[in-house]
Amino acid sequence: MNHTKTLLEDHFPPPSVFKQPVSFFLNILVKLAMLLTMGILLSIIGYVLLRGVTFIKPEIFALQFTTENLSMTPAIINTLFVALIALLLAVPTGVGAAIYLIEYAKPGSKLVQVVRLTTETLSGIPSIVYGLFGYLFFVIALKWQQSILSGSFTLAIMILPLIMRTTEEALKSVPRSYREGSYALGAGKLRTITKVVLPSAVPGILAGTILGIGRIVGETAALIYTAGTVAGIPTSPFSSGRTLAVHMYALLSEGLYVDQAYATAVVLLIFVLILNAASSLIASGLKKDKRTTDE
Amino acid sequence: MNNFKERTFQIIFTLAASASILSVFLICLFLFAKGIPTVAKIGPLKFLLGTSWKPLNNVFGILPMIVASIYVTIGSIIVGVPLGLLTAIYLAYFCPPKLHTVLKPGVELLAGIPSIVYGFFGLVVLVPILQRIGAGKSILTASLLLGIMILPTIINVAETSLKSVPDSYYHGALALGATHERAVFSVLVPAARSGIVAGIILGVGRAIGETMAVIMVAGNQPILPRGLFKGVRTLTANIVLEMGYATDLHREALIATGMVLFIFILIINLLFSLLNQEARS
Repeated sequence: MNHTKTLLEDHFPPPSVFKQPVSFFLNILVKLAMLLTMGILLSIIGYVLLRGVTFIKPEIFALQFTTENLSMTPAIINTLFVALIALLLAVPTGVGAAIYLIEYAKPGSKLVQVVRLTTETLSGIPSIVYGLFGYLFFVIALKWQQSILSGSFTLAIMILPLIMRTTEEALKSVPRSYREGSYALGAGKLRTITKVVLPSAVPGILAGTILGIGRIVGETAALIYTAGTVAGIPTSPFSSGRTLAVHMYALLSEGLYVDQAYATAVVLLIFVLILNAASSLIASGLKKDKRTTDE
Repeated sequence: MNNFKERTFQIIFTLAASASILSVFLICLFLFAKGIPTVAKIGPLKFLLGTSWKPLNNVFGILPMIVASIYVTIGSIIVGVPLGLLTAIYLAYFCPPKLHTVLKPGVELLAGIPSIVYGFFGLVVLVPILQRIGAGKSILTASLLLGIMILPTIINVAETSLKSVPDSYYHGALALGATHERAVFSVLVPAARSGIVAGIILGVGRAIGETMAVIMVAGNQPILPRGLFKGVRTLTANIVLEMGYATDLHREALIATGMVLFIFILIINLLFSLLNQEARS
């Protein structure tokens, strides 16, 4: 009897007082880690916003860029242009690709495997490599020069995996019964996709698209040598223009314009904050919807 | 007619799916077609193992940049992995659901801050602070900043893999008399090991490819690293800094630098997908 008890205790020691301090320590440790992570986030955003706000002056939003005012308005306009063209390219392609993967392809077919492998590769490529490729292909080989168009095409490839992944997830979450119901009413495959599946996947696609805009707004390395660093408003898609993030890099690399860089950082951060908030609002709305349909 | 429309759209969707194949093919084609002849011209050993980078004298050795990229990446892992992993453990097993809805967007925001803003923060905050111990723009500063930047990658991947460990593991541990903390650290974390390692590898890829933030805080001297407190230039920084004015062989050498970086990334991607497959099975 005594023997079994020791054996049991040997193999299944109860939580002893000496073990508790370890648990206590681990408990404190994970909480400290969370506090530190959030502390870092808040100090970066807080520091840049609070110090930067003092450098926001009317003249840096002047419509014309001069070496006197270093206005960021042209850069904001360029950012919008680049984002618009990149999205026009990437969203239809990415959504189409996701439709193929989810609605048409046999899972595990050769083509699907290759598409998955290349999409994963694309999402791991650093932005400077995209920049080099865009420079070699769009700027030099296609002779588009350093232009809004070269930059937009480069970024479109860069955000393609993001759009594909979020759309795939959105399509996957549309219940099978929707499709079956549509077929039962006599609709064909294409009609089912465009009238039934896609409309219910729109919020998910939108959340992914907004994340994509965030990537574009914050991108620098892929744009310096594709869209170039000209500070004015472009006259055509084939003229060069720098986006807000590139503008900020140009200000910093000249070394003299830290104040203006602060102001640009504030505007960039506000863009990012709004985009992130919009994306997570849509995403949390999605979760709620799902819960109600599940019930 | 209807059948024709169905077929056409099926072809369109298939073509859209092939866009990523075409992109990867073109990226490989252009980088390798430009890079390999250049490496051959300079001499593979001279290029990869040469310790001096003097474009004006046509001396192109990128070993200092390769070593710098590796050092800075290791540094960022030392900073980012413990913090990221502990944060992920908190989010997965300790966080009240209400708080999670606040903290998770916080992590997403950390991922959304543009790298140029991280670099700027490093330049105006970290560099002056570390200057006091003589490490202004250095490997140390770059490691700290990159360690922060890879946090969201590590947190997201680790949290996902921690959450996918079956509940029965946890209940089993509790039934054996373990406390919550012990169950988490000695049963659940080891069970999620391969997913966590996959997250770290993804973080390595982010760190080695990061450009704009590193340029601001690493000092950018193209010489072999001489210590933790000394400045270095990474592969990525080398490309951005000199591409603007480089011509001829110099420019080709920079493109070849990009090719070397790309090969590093391909190897890291391969490791990541192998580990992911292991984690799934």
